[in-house]
Amino acid sequence: MEILIAIVIAVLTGTGLYLILRSRTFPVVMGLTLLTYAVNLFLFTMGRIQYNSPPVVNASDTYTDPLPQALVLTAIVIGFAMTAFVVVLALRARADLGNDHVDGKDSVDDVKEANR
Amino acid sequence: MALLVIVFLPILLAWVPRLTERFGRNFNLIVTLIPPLIAVGLAFSFLPSVLQGQTQEVILPWLPSMGLNLEFRIDALSLMFALLILCIGLFVVWYARFYLSEKDSLGKLYTLLLMFMTAMLGIVLSNNVLLLFVFWELTSITSFLLIGYWQDNSDARKGARMALAVTGGGGLALLAGVILLGEIAGSYTLTDIFAMHEVIIAHELYPVMLVLILLGAFTKSAQFPFHFWLPHAMAAPTPVSAYLHSATMVKAGIFLLARLHPAIAGTDLWVLIVTSTGLITMVFAAAMAMFKHDLKGLLAYSTVSHLGLITLLFGISTEVAVLAGIFHILNHAAFKATLFMSAGIVDHETGTRDLRVLQGMYKFMPITGILSILAGAAMAGVPLFNGFLSKEMMLKSVLHVPQFGSFGWLLPVIATFAALFSVYYSTRFVLNVFFTGEAKKTPKPPHEPPKLMLLPMFIMVAICVVVGIAPHLADAFVNTVGSAVLGYAQEPYHIAIWHGFNAPLLMSVIALVGGLLLYTQKGKLLAWYKKRKPFNELHIFEGTVTRIMSEFTQLVTRVENGSLQRYFAIAIVMLVAMIVYALLPISSLSGSVAITELDIVAAVASVVLIIAAFGTVLIHHNRFGGLLILSVAGLMVSILFARFSAPDLAMTQLSVEVVTIILLMLALYFLPQQTPNESSQKRVWRDASISGLAGIGIGVLAYGILTRPIDSISNFYLENAKPEGGGYNVVNVILVDFRGFDTFGEIIVLAIAGLGIATLLRNLYLPLPLTDKEGRPWDPVRHPPLLSMMARMILPLALMVSVFIFLRGHNAPGGGFIAGLITSIALILQYVASGVGFIRERIQFNYPNWIAAGVLIAAITGVGSWFLGYPFLTSTYTYIEWPIVGKFEISSALPFDLGVYLTVVATTLLILAYIGKLTTTARVDD
Repeated sequence: MEILIAIVIAVLTGTGLYLILRSRTFPVVMGLTLLTYAVNLFLFTMGRIQYNSPPVVNASDTYTDPLPQALVLTAIVIGFAMTAFVVVLALRARADLGNDHVDGKDSVDDVKEANR
Repeated sequence: MALLVIVFLPILLAWVPRLTERFGRNFNLIVTLIPPLIAVGLAFSFLPSVLQGQTQEVILPWLPSMGLNLEFRIDALSLMFALLILCIGLFVVWYARFYLSEKDSLGKLYTLLLMFMTAMLGIVLSNNVLLLFVFWELTSITSFLLIGYWQDNSDARKGARMALAVTGGGGLALLAGVILLGEIAGSYTLTDIFAMHEVIIAHELYPVMLVLILLGAFTKSAQFPFHFWLPHAMAAPTPVSAYLHSATMVKAGIFLLARLHPAIAGTDLWVLIVTSTGLITMVFAAAMAMFKHDLKGLLAYSTVSHLGLITLLFGISTEVAVLAGIFHILNHAAFKATLFMSAGIVDHETGTRDLRVLQGMYKFMPITGILSILAGAAMAGVPLFNGFLSKEMMLKSVLHVPQFGSFGWLLPVIATFAALFSVYYSTRFVLNVFFTGEAKKTPKPPHEPPKLMLLPMFIMVAICVVVGIAPHLADAFVNTVGSAVLGYAQEPYHIAIWHGFNAPLLMSVIALVGGLLLYTQKGKLLAWYKKRKPFNELHIFEGTVTRIMSEFTQLVTRVENGSLQRYFAIAIVMLVAMIVYALLPISSLSGSVAITELDIVAAVASVVLIIAAFGTVLIHHNRFGGLLILSVAGLMVSILFARFSAPDLAMTQLSVEVVTIILLMLALYFLPQQTPNESSQKRVWRDASISGLAGIGIGVLAYGILTRPIDSISNFYLENAKPEGGGYNVVNVILVDFRGFDTFGEIIVLAIAGLGIATLLRNLYLPLPLTDKEGRPWDPVRHPPLLSMMARMILPLALMVSVFIFLRGHNAPGGGFIAGLITSIALILQYVASGVGFIRERIQFNYPNWIAAGVLIAAITGVGSWFLGYPFLTSTYTYIEWPIVGKFEISSALPFDLGVYLTVVATTLLILAYIGKLTTTARVDD
């Protein structure tokens, strides 16, 4: 299972970063979301993988590590707030700059220059 | 306690003058005089005990672990400086009332002056070198603000910047110096440091420490070669110049020399560095002062010269020298402040400070003239004035300085020259302004200033004369301060006018006669000076700053080309490099822990997750499709959480997933539906390889950790969740109890994000697409009845579920975060199903207010435990019997969780409802 989870984390990180490197805002936001999954899973699995042992006292015989869970729980909610903030920033940029390029450039020349 | 009041009263009341400006200038003056008057009274109450050699200390812990505490101490030296700061402060405040014109804000000046007063008092009363540094920096900052008081004047701004750069830079050196000193001595408390004198001077780092501390002192006290900022600081209003740049702040460096004298002086290195710096400064600045045409420029250089004189004396370090230095601090403050005030009056009443224009003013302002003549005589060192006495002592001190060996004779020669120059410029100041023929035409017709404006000058000139005639009055005080600086009780020294015919007297006479003779050759001297190449430190300084700035701007534009993609790429490459570097020394990838067996549900979810992640990337050009596949990935993550024993996380992830996807859908409405294919093939490969490498790196890292044994602090939480926190659900207990402060910070982050979004959306107008991407118009039925009916039926049920989840959160999976998200989803569903208008007719929530309410409830819960004598956010719990429900646990963590709940609901709704409103004609701002 550990191998599979490591692969999941690797794939989420890789795909997330690839999308973050795109030049338009929306793919970047999607990339951020994927990266958030990767980070949350990574942090969460730092408490190791255990089945059927939720950290609720008296609910089972063994308990998994509750601390990463508490950290990740707030991280998920804050991750949402941050995604929302970036999305709204993208909307604002679109409204004020007239395009959805991450650098606020749209013309072919600009893009060429940015790619140089 | 009284010490704390002396230090902090001025700054605590600093806001008063600024805010009471509309009650008039006299009222302003009175309220500003109150804090220093109280402080002066308190300071005098220490005088009897201090004169007997006693000290008093007070200590309040601040950061004890770093050795930084609010430690104050009053002894003779600090009392002398405190009285100097407060008394001159009172005079200056009084004088400024008349000096400042109606169009300038008097309240602003007073507020800054009071803040400066606290900073200065803090320096002289600190008993901790780190605390002293804090106040030291405060004087730099307040001085910056005061020099730049006329902020629309370019010279004032440049002068302020230069002063800040020089004294602030010196301050950094001082910080390094005092930290070294504290580490060498083993304590940052001055009293302890004094006791370690032998250890300090024997330490191998002593020279480094000494140079650093002296850099701080010399920059502050404008010693050569750092003297250049002071003349340019004269762009400040004259009361500020009189106060900061003559009587007090520039003496902070000197004070530091005196204060640390018992701890770090007494070595040849000290004598050589400090004495030569003082000597060079004294003679160089005195020479510069001779050629200045600006009254304040002349006084500025003369101040630098006198500061050099005091530095010289503390450098020589003999008993007489130290006493002379202390005595001269007092004398200089009295006559120089008077002269600055006189210069200010001349400027104020004639409109110019140019010595080439001013002459014969005695006829128009005889009182100012007489006061200036007396103060000028004191500055020149004429017998029967206080300046004469300390100058004599100085001349006596320089006669024998063994550390200079065969060059010892240079000192008295140079000192005599400096004294001679001093006579010259004092004469020039007095004769040039008030006599030398008929008055020329000045910008304003000259006349005597208001009598009240002259009051402070009267008092200070009286001091100059009385001390000059009856020096024994100052004996006791100067000797007590001397013991504080020397660090031991010395043989009492009697200051006297007449010491018989000796070398100092001869030198004095040479200086007086030579200076007057030189003055008769004034025309030739000035003509010679005029032929020299003009030299302006300000231009050089500004030029250097501009050059450095432009070079770095070029560097920055080269590195930072404005491409976000490039920055990300660099950051990711660095990440890969760091992972590789960290993993290189590890021999085996797998650790000792056995692999967990494969779980079929988790395995399927993982595989789907991998496919979904790749799928999102592959079709991301079709944004809508990409988004749908992305939501699959989110669902799979929550299934993984559920399988891996994290029910709370699974529920949170599931509900966040819903709101995230709704949010992205909404946003997509306003954005292009397709991402153009603009990346070159090369670039795609480049990005794919670096992100692929980063992914592999993180995966390897994760695998490496997962197969190694765990050592967690979680057992503590598992064992104490019930007995301490009163809950069975350990995750929730950690959130609301053990790590409640973190959670509190997190909901504040959430709140800030929400409010930031609300601000970004203000006045945002985006074109609304009239059709979908294939050009079909939207369905005229915007809200399908079936959906809206269903949604309305679900609402009460969903709310009930969220209440249930909220209440059980402490003991079973659930809690404020999850309940809040469920409530949000239920309400958002209503927005989706029935539209913004429908909701607006029925419920009107001011979301920002609800966010504030949530944070406040959480804060109040936390603060509540203070009143019971426990730290912030300590929780308690008890059981109550409810009808029907039965025995129910009620915990003080519950209201905290309620705060969390409210913040989550209000923020989520604010984000979605505000963006949602953009799709309608009802905009956010109306």
